[in-house]
Amino acid sequence: MAKPKTFDTRRQAGFTAIAAFCFIVLYLPIVLMVIFSFNSGLALTSWEGFSLSWYVTAWHNEVVQAATIRSVIIATVATVVSTLVAVLAALVMGRGKPFRGRSAMFALINQPLMVPEIVTAVSLLVVFAWVKTTTGYSGLGYLILAHSAFCIPFAFMPVRARLQGMDQTLEQAAADLYASSWQTFRRVTFPLLWPGVLAGAMLAFVTSLDDVVITEFVKSAGQDTLPTYMLGQMRRNLTPETNAIATVLLVFSVVLVVAFFFVSRENHAKAQL
Amino acid sequence: MAATQPNTDLVAANRRETRNRWLLLLPAIVILLAAAIGPLIVVVLYSFLVAGDYGGVVWHFSWDGWLGVFTTSDPFDGTLSLADAHISILWRSVKLSALTTLFCLILGFPTAYFIATRPVSQRDGWMLLITIPFWTNLLIRTFAIMGLIRNEGLVNGFLEWLGIIDQPIQMMFTDFAILLGMVYVYLPLMVLPLYASMERLNFSLIEAAYDLYATPFRVLRRVIIPAVKPGVVAGSILVFVPSLGAYVIPRILGGGTQLMLGNLIELQFGQARNWPLGAALSLTLLVMVTAALIVYVRASANEGE
Repeated sequence: MAKPKTFDTRRQAGFTAIAAFCFIVLYLPIVLMVIFSFNSGLALTSWEGFSLSWYVTAWHNEVVQAATIRSVIIATVATVVSTLVAVLAALVMGRGKPFRGRSAMFALINQPLMVPEIVTAVSLLVVFAWVKTTTGYSGLGYLILAHSAFCIPFAFMPVRARLQGMDQTLEQAAADLYASSWQTFRRVTFPLLWPGVLAGAMLAFVTSLDDVVITEFVKSAGQDTLPTYMLGQMRRNLTPETNAIATVLLVFSVVLVVAFFFVSRENHAKAQL
Repeated sequence: MAATQPNTDLVAANRRETRNRWLLLLPAIVILLAAAIGPLIVVVLYSFLVAGDYGGVVWHFSWDGWLGVFTTSDPFDGTLSLADAHISILWRSVKLSALTTLFCLILGFPTAYFIATRPVSQRDGWMLLITIPFWTNLLIRTFAIMGLIRNEGLVNGFLEWLGIIDQPIQMMFTDFAILLGMVYVYLPLMVLPLYASMERLNFSLIEAAYDLYATPFRVLRRVIIPAVKPGVVAGSILVFVPSLGAYVIPRILGGGTQLMLGNLIELQFGQARNWPLGAALSLTLLVMVTAALIVYVRASANEGE
């Protein structure tokens, strides 16, 4: 067969069709879920007209309110803790001389990513069950500690990446001009680091907010977060209320991810300068 | 004396530097010890203890937890036999994870290639479309799949409306449902590393192959696939590892009947009240995942040579 003049060497038969199929498949179930959150009827499949009633129902549901507040408290504290801790660690790990224990430290920080969530969940269940009976404390502290730990690698990665691409001559210049090491950090290092810190904090927040498995095993009675509440609803009674809650959570995550995308693109553009 | 003075200064400075370094690392070490690595060590310990009657453990050394992974002991005479239930769950976990990896590769490879062959200015946008589902709550995506395949779901509703079927097709609580859910949820994990490899693909090699009268299929097999092999390996591991440890997807889409390893572990800490067995099963999963990661590290190290 003769090659046509416009033969595209990059083309592979059927690849574009499969790609199109993938993009449709990735979004179709989510879009349908969102559409049915606006259904006026109780059914999850037959469309009975547009209505916001399920959002209103969810808004007035006291259990949902409590779970939302709990989710936000846990995610906020875990984000602050993990980001602080990750920035301190990244300042050591992100640059400077290699030192003894450096690779062990990397392994420790990345451990929550390597170990399957279910394994971390049951190990925390075991340890926290013992601490609970010994101390009698059964507050949100366990969930906050667990979330802080598994958020550390997410907060760590962007900060470290930022540090590695950072121009060190500015800090040397500050030191040459007799800035103290704190002044150098406060006035030079931290402002340069800030986009990475922001990106890391956003990733940590989304990760904490979305967590199901570890929360499900660590939580005490009556400590449902929004995802574990939804997990419970999926087994019991499914109404479009679950769709409505899922949609709100979805929109929130998407906004954060898109914001992250632009923050890191900004980072990238600046690094190119 | 004067010559040694700067030397001791240097030693002191070094010592101070080391101390500051570990002071900065200390908060991370404390939190990770308390809520990540420490509990894991406790699980190792628990896997060698005796199960308590109402959950928990009795502090007495025993191999029962580990023996229970593959065997069951007869309640009357104590003879061991293979635990068919556990083996079939382990097999289902490995089989479904391998199939998930395969289907993600079949779908993800052309998608990554499609994105890598777009104009540079468009690629970030296409990748954002892959990244958004990746950062969307796993529970929500599983729920979205459930909305499609339930007996009262959209697929069955649509087929009934068309008049193709009278009775809904039972898709929930089957291996198919779990497979579908896992492919859907983990597909972005395949596309991300594949794209990273393909972005660096040297397209003049492809042109050279066509100049030498290669067919498009031969170009794919002999030029493109070998060049992006690191991405294929990375993507496959990134999909296989979380599939093996999946818990939420089989719990929702597989129901109480089609268990995977993650659900079997939960069962031991819940209804079955056999914590040592649950601990041993958790470590079995961890070993499988670590083995997969080691294969990956070896493979990528070989690529680097």
